[in-house]
Amino acid sequence: MNVKDVIYNNFVTWMDGDAENGDIVISSRIRLARNLREIPFPHLLDQAKGEDCLKIIKGAWQESPAYQQGQMELETFDHLSSLDRQMLVEKHLISPGHAETNSSFRGVVLNQDGSLSTMINEEDHLRIQCLLPGLQLDECYTLAQGLDDELESQLEYAFDERRGYLTACPTNVGTGLRASVMLHLPAMQMTGQTNQILQNIGQLGMTVRGLYGEGTEVAGNFFQMSNQITMGQTEEEICTHLRAITVQLVEQERLLRERLQVDLKYQLEDKIGRAYGILSHARIINSNEALSLLSDVRLGIDMGILQGIKPNDLNELVVAIRPAHLQKRAEEEMDATGRDIKRAQVIQEKLQGIQ
Amino acid sequence: MYCEECKQKPAAVHLTQVFNGNIIQSHLCEECAAKKGGFIFDPGNKFSIPNLLSSIFGSGYNMDLTPVAETPSCPNCGINYKNIRETGKLGCSECYRIYEQELEPTLRRIHGNSQHIGKIPSRGGEKVLLRKQMEDLKAQLQEAVNMEEYEKAAGIRDSIKELETKLA
Repeated sequence: MNVKDVIYNNFVTWMDGDAENGDIVISSRIRLARNLREIPFPHLLDQAKGEDCLKIIKGAWQESPAYQQGQMELETFDHLSSLDRQMLVEKHLISPGHAETNSSFRGVVLNQDGSLSTMINEEDHLRIQCLLPGLQLDECYTLAQGLDDELESQLEYAFDERRGYLTACPTNVGTGLRASVMLHLPAMQMTGQTNQILQNIGQLGMTVRGLYGEGTEVAGNFFQMSNQITMGQTEEEICTHLRAITVQLVEQERLLRERLQVDLKYQLEDKIGRAYGILSHARIINSNEALSLLSDVRLGIDMGILQGIKPNDLNELVVAIRPAHLQKRAEEEMDATGRDIKRAQVIQEKLQGIQ
Repeated sequence: MYCEECKQKPAAVHLTQVFNGNIIQSHLCEECAAKKGGFIFDPGNKFSIPNLLSSIFGSGYNMDLTPVAETPSCPNCGINYKNIRETGKLGCSECYRIYEQELEPTLRRIHGNSQHIGKIPSRGGEKVLLRKQMEDLKAQLQEAVNMEEYEKAAGIRDSIKELETKLA
């Protein structure tokens, strides 16, 4: 396999819309932060130390069954263009911050369907991630932990009996585990309940962020919810806790959708119909408007108001209309207006089958 | 006064945030305030993650008063506690040992706790795993004695002796 195949392929595993609760929980993610003993954390690495650190990680990586069976590939960022790295961000496979450098000792390890990835020398030496569609936190944890065990058999991890896995930032120390779910909550937003519910979630030890994680805004009614605390709880407890809150939010969203269909049938169908109308006829459309209208169309599909397109295709479309994906498709660099025009074209093509 | 965000509607929500002694005031209309919700993440705003972190390290309001210059640097990576407080990041695994005392309240503040109870790596954590096993065995021994199951207790005692030689 090749890392670039994953980057250029439109579909990665998390976009599969048929998973458990996949109509509301778009995807689940587990991330494990790991570091090597005594080697300075990535923010202190200069070129020479960085190369040494990469060499150790590469050595361990090449001993792992995943590498030997050709299931995963490692690529450093000096071999990936800025556009390629940006496409990885848009597919949620690396963080926005990680994509900023073309450093030869930073990089990514990926498997073929994009479900398993590892960022090398991001904030920590290793950030092992598993990303699956729907509500599958336990499955994600099992897979991420499997890769963790493989690497650990070759590497000396920074671990302390009291503090657990040691990380660059003390907010990750302990389990080094961040579990998160990407939720689509349009009915909650329409009925004005999101702020209150999300504030209550904060009191339960969870954080809510936007579409692309830390520091990004909420767009298209997509919310990323994750655990805040990484120490003093076991991995299983963290996953179970997040899962329980997610199930409650899913139930609440379903209830509100049913109520909307009964109490505000025409208003709801009007909103969804208008969204589809604009998306299928617009010639220039910016990212935020497109995301918010696609959220309405998605709701229409999930509620059976619109037919003829699968949730998979809409998940794919949400990524395909991001700037780097648009420019790759057009095979040229484009300014904002050029992208807005291309975006409208891509959406029209994809939505053709809708009735 | 008009809303700072949309500059069209009158500002109805007046927000005052205090960070490291700096006062940040925002004036927003109801709509823009609702958009921002309880989580305001504006990269241009001083309310940023590193700032938030460095305030976690300090006591929040009297950071400048606490002497930090005298703290020694970490012999492994050369970072001192002042750097850590400024960046919100430690330098290497050894910093956790060197600044153990300073970190204790920080960890409690973040996690409400400072003791890891999750996964243990089988490699670096061999001794830790053995010690955990030892604790379990001792508890089992106590239980067997309480139940007057002396044969079972003798078996457990042998396992403990075996473990002790491994730990030595």
